[in-house]
Amino acid sequence: MVNWAWFGLSRGGLTTGWPEGAGGHGQEGVLGMPRLHLERCAPTCRDCISVCPSGAITGSLEEPVTLDYGRCVVCQRCTEVCPTGALEKTTDWAFGVRTREALLAGGGRTGSGNAETLPSNRVPRGFGRSLHIRHVDAGSCNGCESELEALLNPFYNLHRLGIFFTASPRSADLLLVTGPVTMAMKEPLLETYRAMPEPRFVMATGTCATGGGIAGGGYSCHQGLEGILPVDLWLPGCPPNPAAIMDALLVLLGRRSERCALPERAG
Amino acid sequence: MRPCTSRVIRAEELPKLLDEFLPAAACPDPHRRLRMAYARKAGETDLEVLYYLSLGKGRTDLFLRVSPERNVMPSVANRFPSLSWYEREMHDLFGIDFAGHPELHPLVLHEGATTLRPPLLGQAGAPIHYRTSPPSVPTMHATEIQRLPFGPVRADIVESAQFLFYYIGEGILHFHQRLFYKHRGMEKRFEGVSPMAGIILAERVSGTDSVAHALAFCQACEMALGLLPPPRALGIRTILAELERLANHLHYFAELARMTTLRVAAAQGAWLEEQVRQINGALTGSRFLRGFLGVGGLRRDLEPSGLASRLTDLEPGISDFLDKLADTRSYLDRLIGTGRLSTDVAMDQGATGPVERASGLDRDLRRDRPYGSYGMLEFRVPQESEGDALARAQVRRAEVTESLALVRESLARLESGPITTDQPDEGPDPAGEGLGAVEGTRGGLYYAVHFDPDGKCLLRVKIKEPSFSNWRVFPFTVKDTNLMDYAINEASFGLSIAGADR
Repeated sequence: MVNWAWFGLSRGGLTTGWPEGAGGHGQEGVLGMPRLHLERCAPTCRDCISVCPSGAITGSLEEPVTLDYGRCVVCQRCTEVCPTGALEKTTDWAFGVRTREALLAGGGRTGSGNAETLPSNRVPRGFGRSLHIRHVDAGSCNGCESELEALLNPFYNLHRLGIFFTASPRSADLLLVTGPVTMAMKEPLLETYRAMPEPRFVMATGTCATGGGIAGGGYSCHQGLEGILPVDLWLPGCPPNPAAIMDALLVLLGRRSERCALPERAG
Repeated sequence: MRPCTSRVIRAEELPKLLDEFLPAAACPDPHRRLRMAYARKAGETDLEVLYYLSLGKGRTDLFLRVSPERNVMPSVANRFPSLSWYEREMHDLFGIDFAGHPELHPLVLHEGATTLRPPLLGQAGAPIHYRTSPPSVPTMHATEIQRLPFGPVRADIVESAQFLFYYIGEGILHFHQRLFYKHRGMEKRFEGVSPMAGIILAERVSGTDSVAHALAFCQACEMALGLLPPPRALGIRTILAELERLANHLHYFAELARMTTLRVAAAQGAWLEEQVRQINGALTGSRFLRGFLGVGGLRRDLEPSGLASRLTDLEPGISDFLDKLADTRSYLDRLIGTGRLSTDVAMDQGATGPVERASGLDRDLRRDRPYGSYGMLEFRVPQESEGDALARAQVRRAEVTESLALVRESLARLESGPITTDQPDEGPDPAGEGLGAVEGTRGGLYYAVHFDPDGKCLLRVKIKEPSFSNWRVFPFTVKDTNLMDYAINEASFGLSIAGADR
């Protein structure tokens, strides 16, 4: 007969202290969003636009290239075809931001207006040490769910940060949505939101939820949460890895600052 | 349709021909089955319906192709129950009527969904309009019967689907599952795209089965285009496919432990899965092994040094975890006899993968229809006959061992050389059609692709997803059981909803 309790005790601690203490984030070698070096971009080349499967890269021969991280599925195709290295492979995956506009890079960076964010709440200080999440799958590929479940494994152990998943929307502070919002899931999603007490917050998790991804649009899907729910935090990624989700949750709680400010995007 | 034979027939010949090719034999043969059916546009206004048959071990597969008149086809769902969902899907997405179908209710598009025209018929596909409507379920009269709708937003971090239980006390009288809340119209997404863009889509049909989907899609395109990837690419594909199986099976055992309330064991399983995902991330840049496969080979070369030693370090922990689970009485008590699936039902309803192999049907595409480098590798295909939750777990447990050995052997045999080819090995398929078949974690996965005449872009892609097949089977193991066993039974099937819904 196996004594699991003894086995567990004898294993010792397996949890990383990242990001507030010692320990790694566990994402060594994991590729993130491509970085856009606009100054290297060849004026007569728009190869990246034609290979991008999700319409994340826009522009024309007259207009400079704009990269919308909110639509990027991290397939790395643009970095493979770019002849000048203007699009570069990186390991930048921590992309949780408070406004949709902050996910734009390149030529369209300053031109706001293509992102219709509804007015959003600020998370009051009191939530900093305790947050309860209701997750709703609004049509994901199951990649995001797999990474969300990973947050509860002994390596990340999300509970140590005072963050918990809860079954009932009545006791949830945050609605965490994955998927592009399929036609059939829209009403159940809105019903879940309506069942939550105020103040309530919404996090769009994964590129499907932030901008539709490869599934958005068509006969069966919306284009993510834009125009459907007021979003307080946007986290693209296909899927965002567990450390990226953890990072974004802490950004939402004001315990960590937005790190999406790549040098090329700051100006 | 390479590598199969095609035969064009008339609609009224279909039932008779199916009976000839697939006689209702006394002994079920899992190698001789009607696997799937799908429709496609043939020209501007015409439709074609294709039936895919495997005719027995070692024999070439067959496609029967029918052009329905006035969009009416004879239903064969009464004779081949596993075809029922395929016919309902074609009814929803192409507007084809199946005369004599026993229950032609909406499936993929729910009751209450309205469209201007069937979504796979139109060019752009006008959005569906949804109005929440109750599902088509039998009427219950006795007041003692209770009705429990569960979902589509369920507890925990799970995929969306609705389950309806009709029960008295603990006993389940009737179980109705409503899937397809997550239907994204993925097959339509492939229309008009290049093979390269198709891979990126395929990797995102069922996220935890990214390699299996990309592989089946690539193999289908390679069949159509006449490409034969170089040996190094085939070896690396096998390594990636088995690493995916390993991670998914470890996830499966963590779930089973959680459902049988073994908290420490669940944590240990999840920890092992996490380590495999981190190895995958370091190896390929993606925890789900995405972005590696290409049509004709690979997109990048793999640098596998360090993989062997990291797996060797992990292996004792995996064996110890699985041994301990198999020695835990409370775990065994909950699995033995739970959710029993008989060989006949598994055969008739189209079970696949570990579910099929746990019910006495001995079939594995890696061995029976060898692809990639599997033909050169030696491995065992585990099989059980009890058909209960324990049998399903035992099959997967043995597969973990086999997967580790397959990765080790593939690494040892890995040749240096090119990783991709664009030179046709033989001419492309004259019709520009190809079939790719892969044994994924959850079972047999097929992609059928139809190219345009130039062989540049895709016109139609059909995905036969193993979870679609196994969800069809699942309710047969729920009726007449009790509510306490339900969650364990569901976990023992190891299903993906994203894959089934597409």
